[in-house]
Amino acid sequence: MKSGAPVIDIRALRYRYPDGTLALDGIDFQLDPGECVAVFGANGSGKTTFVLHLNGLLRGEGSVEVCGLRMDGALKAGALAAIRTRVGLVFQNSDEQLFMPTVLADVAFGVANMGVPPKQAALKAQQALEQVRMASAAAKAPYHLSAGEKRRVALAGVLAMQPEILVLDEPTTSLDPPGQRELVRLLRQLPQAKILVTHDVDFAAALATRAVFFERGRIAADGDVHAIIEQFHWSRGSE
Amino acid sequence: MRSALRHTSVERWSRGVSPLHFMDARAKLVVLLVFLTAVATTSKHVPWIYGGYFVLLGAAIFMARLPVLAMLSRAAWVLPFSAIFAAMTWWAGDFAAALVLIVKSFLSILAALTLAASTPWTRLLDALLFLRVPRPLLLVIQFLARYLFVVADQVAHMRQAAYSRGGARSAQAFQAAAGAVGVLFARSWERADGIYQAMLARGFTGRFPAPSAVPFLARDAIFLCLSIAATVLVRLAL
Repeated sequence: MKSGAPVIDIRALRYRYPDGTLALDGIDFQLDPGECVAVFGANGSGKTTFVLHLNGLLRGEGSVEVCGLRMDGALKAGALAAIRTRVGLVFQNSDEQLFMPTVLADVAFGVANMGVPPKQAALKAQQALEQVRMASAAAKAPYHLSAGEKRRVALAGVLAMQPEILVLDEPTTSLDPPGQRELVRLLRQLPQAKILVTHDVDFAAALATRAVFFERGRIAADGDVHAIIEQFHWSRGSE
Repeated sequence: MRSALRHTSVERWSRGVSPLHFMDARAKLVVLLVFLTAVATTSKHVPWIYGGYFVLLGAAIFMARLPVLAMLSRAAWVLPFSAIFAAMTWWAGDFAAALVLIVKSFLSILAALTLAASTPWTRLLDALLFLRVPRPLLLVIQFLARYLFVVADQVAHMRQAAYSRGGARSAQAFQAAAGAVGVLFARSWERADGIYQAMLARGFTGRFPAPSAVPFLARDAIFLCLSIAATVLVRLAL
C-alpha cells in the first residue's frame, strides 16, 4: 500500500474545546498518497473536529504534518496558507462554502487567495467547473442552485486549488441517489488522496479501501472498510 | 424561501443587462456623489429644482430598465425615519423645510438604490477600492452584505417552520417572535462562523483577492461628463 511518505501524519493529537470538552484524545493517523479512507463514528465522536485540524482551522496538542509541512505553534501565516492549498476541505453545508455573488467568482476565490492573477484564477475556476460538469452555471448566483449542484460547485471551489488531499465532510448529505452516484463517479476519477467523513456506508464502501472508526475522541479501529462496517454493525441493515 | 429572495431582488436587478449596467462602476459612483451633493445643497426656496432631480433619476431608472414602482416602494422605506425629523422641523414652524427634508432623503435613497440595482456589488466594491476607500471598511461592507443574506435566509426558514406548526399573526405570535429573535441571533452567529471557517479553509487571509483591472472606456467618460453636467445644470436652476 505504501508508495512513499504519508501525505498526512498525525501523532498523539489532543484537542479540548474552550468549554472543557475533550473532543480528541490521542489520535494517531496516517494517509498515504492516492489513498481513500472513510471516517466513521457516531455524532459527536470527534470526526468533524478531526478534519478541522487537517488544514489548521483548529490547532490541538500533538503533531500534525501535512505533505511534510509541520503544523506547530510557531507556524507562520505563509506556511499555514501553503498547507491550506494542499488540503482541500469540502464542508458539510455547501451554503457556508458558497458566498460570492456568482458561481465562477466563488470557485475562483480560493485560487485568487493563492496569489494567482484574476484572469488565470477565472480560467482555473472554469476548468474546475467543467470537471464537475457545472460550467453552464458559471454566471449564476450560488443560492439559485439545487442542493446537488451546490455540492458540485463547492467541490469545484476546492478542486480549482489543485490540492493534494481532498477532505469531504458528509458529502452525500442532501444528495438524491443519482446525485450520489454522480459524486462517486466524479471522486473515482480524481487522483488525490481522500478522506471521506460519512454515515453513508454504501458511499464509503464504493470509494474507500480503508476506514477508521471514531469513538469518544479516539480512533477505536483502523482497517479494511468492509471489516470495520461489520465490526461496528455500521450498515443500515445491522441490528 | 420567497421572503428571503425578496431581500435579494436588488442584487438580482444589479446583474441585469442595460446601458446603465454597462457603464463603469467608478463613473456611476462619482455621478452619485455629485448628485447627492447637489441635492443636499439645494435651497428649499426653489422647489421645482427637485422636480428636475426626479426627472434625472427617472431617466437613469429608465436607462437601467428597472421596475419603477418596485424601486419607489423600496426607496420609501426611508420615509418613516426622515418623517420623524420632518415632524420635528414642522413642529418648529418650518413646513417648507420639513417637506424638503422628506424629498431630499427620498431622492438620495432612490439615487443610491439606482446605483445598487444597476451595478453588481463586487464591481461596486472594486470601484470603492479604486476611489481609495479604506480596505477594512470595504471588508466590513462585504461581510455585512453576505451576512444580511444569511440572516434573511434564517428568518425565512424559521417563519416557514412556525407557520407549518400553525403559527399566525397574533399577539401570541408576537411573543413567540420576540423569543425567535434570540434564536435567530444564535443561529446566524453559528452560520456566520461556518462561512468564515470555510473562507479560511480556502486560504482567506483577511484580504479579498485584488480585482481585475477594468478599462475606463470613452463611453464611460462621456456618461460621466454628461451626467455631471445635467446634475449641475439642474442644481444651478439652468
